[in-house]
Amino acid sequence: MQKRLMKTIIILSTALFTTTSYSLTADEIVKKSNLASYYSGDDGKSYVKMDIKDSQGRKRKRELIILRKDLEEGGKQLFYLYFRKPSDVRKMVFLVHKNIKTDDYRWLYLPALDLVKRIAASDKRTSFVGSNFFYEDVSGRSVNEDKHELINTTDNSYIVKNTPVNPDSVEFSFYTVEIDKKTYLPLKAVYTDKNGKEYRIAEVLSVENIKGFATVTKSRIKNLVSGSETVISFSKVKYNLGLKKKIFTERYLRKVPRIARK
Amino acid sequence: MRTKNVILTGIVLLFQSLYAGDLQDKIYDATGFEINGFIDVRQGFRTVDADNQKDYSISELRTRLDAFGEFDLLTLSLKGDFVGDSVDEEVRAELREFSLQFSPFDALDIKLGRYTITWGTGDLVFINDLFPKDWESFFTGRDDEYLKIPSNAVKTSFFSDFVNVDIIWSPIHNESVYIDGSRLSYWNPNTQQIEGINNIMEDEERDNYFHDSEYDLRVSKTFGGTEIALYNHSGYWKTPEGFNASGNLIYPRLVAYGASLRAQILGGIFNIEAGYYDSRDDDKGDDAYIRNSETRFFTGFEKELGKHFTGAFQYYIEWMDDYEEYGSTAVGAKKDEVRHLLTLRLTKLLMTQTLVLSVFTYYSPSDSDFYTRPKVTYKYNDDLLFELGANVFGGSNEHTFFGQFEKNSNVYTAVRLNF
Repeated sequence: MQKRLMKTIIILSTALFTTTSYSLTADEIVKKSNLASYYSGDDGKSYVKMDIKDSQGRKRKRELIILRKDLEEGGKQLFYLYFRKPSDVRKMVFLVHKNIKTDDYRWLYLPALDLVKRIAASDKRTSFVGSNFFYEDVSGRSVNEDKHELINTTDNSYIVKNTPVNPDSVEFSFYTVEIDKKTYLPLKAVYTDKNGKEYRIAEVLSVENIKGFATVTKSRIKNLVSGSETVISFSKVKYNLGLKKKIFTERYLRKVPRIARK
Repeated sequence: MRTKNVILTGIVLLFQSLYAGDLQDKIYDATGFEINGFIDVRQGFRTVDADNQKDYSISELRTRLDAFGEFDLLTLSLKGDFVGDSVDEEVRAELREFSLQFSPFDALDIKLGRYTITWGTGDLVFINDLFPKDWESFFTGRDDEYLKIPSNAVKTSFFSDFVNVDIIWSPIHNESVYIDGSRLSYWNPNTQQIEGINNIMEDEERDNYFHDSEYDLRVSKTFGGTEIALYNHSGYWKTPEGFNASGNLIYPRLVAYGASLRAQILGGIFNIEAGYYDSRDDDKGDDAYIRNSETRFFTGFEKELGKHFTGAFQYYIEWMDDYEEYGSTAVGAKKDEVRHLLTLRLTKLLMTQTLVLSVFTYYSPSDSDFYTRPKVTYKYNDDLLFELGANVFGGSNEHTFFGQFEKNSNVYTAVRLNF
């Protein structure tokens, strides 16, 4: 009887331990993946090109420079986006103070009017500059917004299923991400809508090692419903430039610093 | 005729090469200047027959050339428009910017020349932004950019962890373009009726360099996502708010003080701004020919109401000082002591943000008048944009701010090619 009880306890606790360690692992993986994707170095700079193809096959381009500075590892970040092309958005600046627990702060500078506009930022899953990327795809989705489940492990990657904590806040019911075991970069994400249909795929097309940081240099998001897609490429990527915090203020909206321009 | 054709061909060739981007790259390589611009064709018609005005409210071809250069110590910016305007029946050049910007010290920025200046928190309502506006452009459907007129000024900005300070000095009064009857009809308080090209207002410009100079000051600070600022203007009214003995419009003295706050709350952007306009040439408010002092205030809130759908609401008041004195001296139709104004902006982005539907409406319950600006813009591709819009005015009385413009209501369409 005692033996049996002991056995049960051992089995139960093992099961419990295993499950806990599994779920911890999923959270750990996602946390590492978030750091690898959005927090490499203390700061970074990149030339960004976006090629947008709409559902009718028409092409549009965006060219911008992104500066990033981390205030906390895995936490608050500052982003400075300077638009180079096309002509109608040229010289506009988009400034984001990314917050984790509250909404981000966003400012848009319109040089033709010398106007610093505040942008309401409650919905992060709206299109970024008319592309298939959402704001969240550019600056990262908070790891606390989803429940993470490790559903499979292959030789090279972890497959994590992410279910939103607050399902009404998003258009997906869940998404699965394939995360590279070595670099922790998310290589592919597939989004499933509320009817159980896959409708959106984000894929990494190329990864380069830059100063020791595995860096995505090209990725693509496809909307399977509309047929539109956006390819984003990052070039001249640099890390640990020692970017000053003051760059990410109103002063430098009106006076674009050289580092953001060239 | 032949010369005209040659010039036209030359212009077309120039833009073809600019459009292809070759020439832009060549100029950049040779000089370090980025060259950009656009061609904008705009045609608008009145929707109501107006006496003493042409049938079309706008009819113009505009070519923008924009040169920007960044050098070791400074940046140089030059923007100019060449306009063929068949309402004014003229071809003219407009200098939109010619400025130098540099930082002699780490904590100091200086910008000088001619350029657009904006501050304050209002959305198409202004209290502490006492920089010149072009209401004629705004009411006839030119691009929003043309609401702001560039100022000739020196802007000195100091930055510190404590506060930031901007001081703007203009050696000469930079005035707004007001509705003078030449293109849009207006309520003339002297004749007590609507007038147009039959009675174009004359004003006496303050064009005496240094004597007619102005100062603007802003002290600002941002705490996280909360922006606060204090303002001061020392100069003149931007629109001619007085008459002299010969019946001409004049720009009386104005000193203004104000403050603003802008923050993110309840998932939206909240703003509040106030100011006191001290009309120095009419201290007691008993001069019937000069606008009284007044207190101005507004508050607003903007929020995403749905996917790619934003709504913004503002409530604005103008509260006249010394209303009794005004009441006992003013002749003809009188203004209310307090003017209340509500604004509503709705913006919807469709078709991956290539189609934008928007409407901005001013409504004054105290004046019983309104002004609404519906607009549709469609980006065919990165370079080509189509626009269709209207400016509709209405009111119960002929003398109120928007009511006087009822017969200027218009619709317009535009095509813009960026290069």
